[in-house]
Amino acid sequence: MGVTTAINPVEPLLRTDRMPHIWCPGCGIGTTVNCFARALGRSKLPLDKVAVVSGIGCTGRVAGYLQFDSFHTTHGRAIPFATGLKLANPEMSVVVYSGDGDLIAIGGNHFIHAARRNVDIKVICVNNFIYGMTGGQVAPTTPLGASATTAPYGAFEQPFNLPFLAESSGAVYVARWTVYHVQHIAHSMAEALRKKGFSFIEILAPCPTLYQRRNKLGDSLDAMRYYKERSVIKNGASTRDLDLGFQEEIIVGKFVDSERPTLQQTMDQRYREVLKDRYNGWRQP
Amino acid sequence: MDWVKANPKTVLTGAHFIDGNHAACEGAIAAGANFAAGYPITPSTEVVERFAARAPLVGATFLQMEDELASSIAILGAAWGGAKSFTVTSGPGFSLMMEHVGLAAMTETPAVFVNVQRGGPSTGLPTLPAQADMMQARWGSHGDYEVIALSPNSPQECFDLMIDAFNLAEQYRNPVFFMMDESVGHMTEKVVIPSADKIDLFPRRYTSLTPSEYLPYKPGSAGIPEMARLGQGYRFHVTGLTHDVRGYPAINAQAQQELMDRLMGKIRDNAGKIARTKEHLLEDAGIVLVAYGITSRVALRAVQMAREENIPAGLLRPVVVWPFPEKRIRELADRAKAFIVVEMNYGQIVNEVERLVADCAKTVLVPHAGGAVHRPEAILDVIREVAKWA
Repeated sequence: MGVTTAINPVEPLLRTDRMPHIWCPGCGIGTTVNCFARALGRSKLPLDKVAVVSGIGCTGRVAGYLQFDSFHTTHGRAIPFATGLKLANPEMSVVVYSGDGDLIAIGGNHFIHAARRNVDIKVICVNNFIYGMTGGQVAPTTPLGASATTAPYGAFEQPFNLPFLAESSGAVYVARWTVYHVQHIAHSMAEALRKKGFSFIEILAPCPTLYQRRNKLGDSLDAMRYYKERSVIKNGASTRDLDLGFQEEIIVGKFVDSERPTLQQTMDQRYREVLKDRYNGWRQP
Repeated sequence: MDWVKANPKTVLTGAHFIDGNHAACEGAIAAGANFAAGYPITPSTEVVERFAARAPLVGATFLQMEDELASSIAILGAAWGGAKSFTVTSGPGFSLMMEHVGLAAMTETPAVFVNVQRGGPSTGLPTLPAQADMMQARWGSHGDYEVIALSPNSPQECFDLMIDAFNLAEQYRNPVFFMMDESVGHMTEKVVIPSADKIDLFPRRYTSLTPSEYLPYKPGSAGIPEMARLGQGYRFHVTGLTHDVRGYPAINAQAQQELMDRLMGKIRDNAGKIARTKEHLLEDAGIVLVAYGITSRVALRAVQMAREENIPAGLLRPVVVWPFPEKRIRELADRAKAFIVVEMNYGQIVNEVERLVADCAKTVLVPHAGGAVHRPEAILDVIREVAKWA
């Protein structure tokens, strides 16, 4: 009986002294972290210059497991924290890694404003359609009809179409994948890491403990089967057409990859134009 | 730590005729603030308006955020990015910022929160003064934590004390409140800004250890851990969860006790050093007035009027309100018969005084609902009444 002892290639990017992690068996978040580690390897970014910022929730724990300068902030406020971090230290690649409830419900206002400003941060949103950490409450992403502890008769509010929200708010890079699409996720993350500007990647992921079980959708393997069978890759699809229905077709792909000056570029340009040599640009602390 | 001098390129040395809000902004810049985030709110807005104009001239960044929640955490992100940062607000915005006061306390992030107080509750009196957020500054966020709060009573002090506010934030790695009020904020007086070589700044406590030796929350000198520079290979973790010396979440009673003992202790054990008062005519005072901010100026006038009537009144003014000057109040209570607390609220600081002196002296409150400062005559009336039995 052989025992493999090869080191997992993503291990150097993880805080292995913090394992085991808190995520449930079958949770999709770990898969996305694996993709992220691979993407960083591909991106060739100097790892000391990467900072990861999370909010609160299951995905909010990602920052704590990654071996980078990392910040676990308050609920919904990872984006404005990251905005301050990036403006104060522009040489850092700043990644916000959080969940749908954190980024889009309590943090929704920050999300649209950061996209509008085109802050040069990468936002990775693991969307499991539900509040996991608090035990399965309805989210602004819960599909119509799906059950949650605070929507016991099924969700009756129209959920957000996140890629559409991101694009219409000003994001320059928008993609959506499911955790079935591991190669695509890693590729999109690597692209976003190289891109200047507000980049957004939505990753649909199973929450077997709460969403799957409560909605009688089986386990995570069933979720993967659903993602595999009902996902359609439509790169460049109009983000208007990306609404997600309960167990309906999922359109995935890269939808937006455009160019627009970042917040720092527009700020610098404005000051330089108006103030000329009186402008004293940001000096590294 | 070796103190450093202010950057002469940022300090507007000279005599100015400006209001407290503008002076507070210049104080922040002189203190080395190079990042501010804010959201417009009366009567504080002039501080960030001035900073927005000055920032690109002094190597600083200003960003107007979408709300006070964002402002109050953007400054914490900036602080970890290496900046000295602050935000400015008034009542309703102050309420929204409480979440990040807690995060700053828990993560030991140096940052200054300026509150130009106005009447409340809720929208209250946007353009008129009050001092009714003093307890919110102390207790507004959830959980146990200690804060430092300064209360200037003139535009000159808005400049001078702002330097201290930033220094204290760095020295103790703690959120520091700058508790102005609308009167001080909008009062225009002469403000003398010294030359940069007269302004001493406490530099950030950065570690000199290597990444492999470094533990982000291991207490250093005076129980205060050192920070690591972002992006230099320390790969440190910061969390608002209860954490151990590695900065890792530690969700148990023992970790909570160890962390909380240190967080509370670093301010409580140094309260005597941080506390600061200004005193007038207290040498022989049987009646001690206690007042802070704009109210201290009116109270001083009342004290002078009382002295003209041979009533032995004096004034104690907490310049640093939190931590409260407990030792000094207790000393005065040994010989004073009565304390009269004058404040623009329905009784906040009076409770601090009362609990300290209850055994040996009476405490009387002269409240004010806000919207205007006290009339000195109204305070004098109370002094006269107290003098009858004190």
